[in-house]
Amino acid sequence: MITKEATEVAPAPVHQTPEPPRSVKRRRSWDEVPRWHIYTPLSIYLVFTLIPFYWILLFALRPSGSTSLVPWPITFDHFEKVWTERAFGTYFENSVYVGLATLVMTTLVALAGGYALARFDFKVKNAFMLALLCSQFVPGALLLVPLFEIFAELKMINSLGSVIIAETVFQLPLSMILISNFIKNVPYSLEEAAWVDGCNRMTAFRIVVLPLLRPGLIAVGSFAFVHSWNHFLFALMFLNNQNKQTIPVGLNTLMSADSVDLGALAAGGIIAAVPVVIVFAFIQKWLITGFSAGAVKG
Amino acid sequence: MAQAAAVAKPPAPPRRRRASATPRRLPYLLIAPAALLMLGFIAYPVISVFYYSLQNYNPTKPWRNGYAGFDNFVQIFTKDPQFWDTLTFSAKWVFVEVGLQLLFGLALALIVNQTFVGRGLGRAMVFSPWAVSGVLTSAIWVLLYNSQTGITRYLADMGIGSYGTSWLSDTSTVFSAAVVADLWRGVPFFAILILADLQSVSKDLYEAAEVDGASTIKQFWHITLPHLKDAIILSTLLRAVWEFNNVDLLYTLTGGGPAGETTTLPLYIANTSVDAHNFGYASALTTVAFVILLFCSMVYLRLSKFGGGSK
Repeated sequence: MITKEATEVAPAPVHQTPEPPRSVKRRRSWDEVPRWHIYTPLSIYLVFTLIPFYWILLFALRPSGSTSLVPWPITFDHFEKVWTERAFGTYFENSVYVGLATLVMTTLVALAGGYALARFDFKVKNAFMLALLCSQFVPGALLLVPLFEIFAELKMINSLGSVIIAETVFQLPLSMILISNFIKNVPYSLEEAAWVDGCNRMTAFRIVVLPLLRPGLIAVGSFAFVHSWNHFLFALMFLNNQNKQTIPVGLNTLMSADSVDLGALAAGGIIAAVPVVIVFAFIQKWLITGFSAGAVKG
Repeated sequence: MAQAAAVAKPPAPPRRRRASATPRRLPYLLIAPAALLMLGFIAYPVISVFYYSLQNYNPTKPWRNGYAGFDNFVQIFTKDPQFWDTLTFSAKWVFVEVGLQLLFGLALALIVNQTFVGRGLGRAMVFSPWAVSGVLTSAIWVLLYNSQTGITRYLADMGIGSYGTSWLSDTSTVFSAAVVADLWRGVPFFAILILADLQSVSKDLYEAAEVDGASTIKQFWHITLPHLKDAIILSTLLRAVWEFNNVDLLYTLTGGGPAGETTTLPLYIANTSVDAHNFGYASALTTVAFVILLFCSMVYLRLSKFGGGSK
């Protein structure tokens, strides 16, 4: 489980101003909010958050036809069925592949671009920034037809490459803006000092900047992974072949089947949720620090 | 093929040369992979959508294909009630969703920003739906709303709703049902972004306000909210655009039904292009949607005076 330390949000080392000397009277009024002002709404919200999770667990673990509100006796039949008969094993593999490839590509491409945006002034920079912003208004779903044609031209329909490229491209603008903000928060003088010591630009970047970027990169990378893991439409459109499909498409198939097998649907849902929930639990701390450091106030 | 080459290669590594001399080409090399990818897979498709919008383009009816001028647009604005219906529904959907998400997200962020026992675990739990996909959200709520075995059955026992009706197939309940399902996943997103910004409010301000005797509510209005302004404006805009464009949830939860009751404009476009193969008309609809989105965003940014003032 998550330790308290791991989820506690550490102040971003890079950008925050050093904490002023603690005054004697440290208690802020926000700390004096009565406890029940915190626990009551939080509990209500927790119930709202957790019931759906409980519900899907219930359906996945109890035998079909049972109406018990406690998953007992526990059965793993639904998982077995979904994993083998419904090919979720294959979908899972494909999704992992797409997720990791998108993560790597997005992070590398955005890192290079973000560095250029943070550290250089060049002619097309403003135009490029504007393009990044505008691309946020372009609905990926609405570009399906031309994208389909491009991938058909490239002979990439039914190859996971098409989905990986599409996911990467739509992750890039935000990732690049975030990363360039992270880099801006690393003092340039640190890099210059490394050059003086004889490093070239690449080495200086690797040993001075990269370590400080870690929270930001983790945030961006995990974001890309989670997004591509979850996203549905590109895979649905570009992959026709059953054993090339990803998990969300598999889930959709389960939902739109003539007689919906609720147990199988629930088991499939849990298979879909587990990786992202694990990733999420580990990166939560980085995510919040990462966002607050890279939040768009550059 | 330029795009293919850009894809195959990792981003151009900076050249090994004397670091102190700033090579003039370096920034261009660094943005090249991103620029090529975006040109090939965003800019070019956008342009071809504009191009198709002036065409009759339907692969299943090739004899009717060809230049159509502004016919598609004329039809959209004068002869297509479905366009107006779906546009109205989109507006309603975005407005309700984003408004509620902002409200609950802000409250949630303020709560989990406090120090209390079990904060880490509490945060992890209330934020967890954020990681869940639109399709999975649908799957979960399909189970919850199921008329036979869903939670609706147990609620009916308690006198809320009635037996045997699925909230997703009833026109009077489907909107609220879909809104609640999407809130479940959307509120954590807002809460995370706002919490991230809350972390950077200087504690001194509160201490000073405390000394001056300002109440908690006053502190919220005069310190917290102004500080959060830019984050709120930006996350609201991003979320609104995202909620407008997103088809995952409604496509899988309601399929736009019952009776077209929950068809958003993008869903209508997807149906027009994917199911009806009417690519030309779908492209014209896309163009209209894009312009509306861009226009609304500009107006919003102007009205909210983004980036002006406080910072």
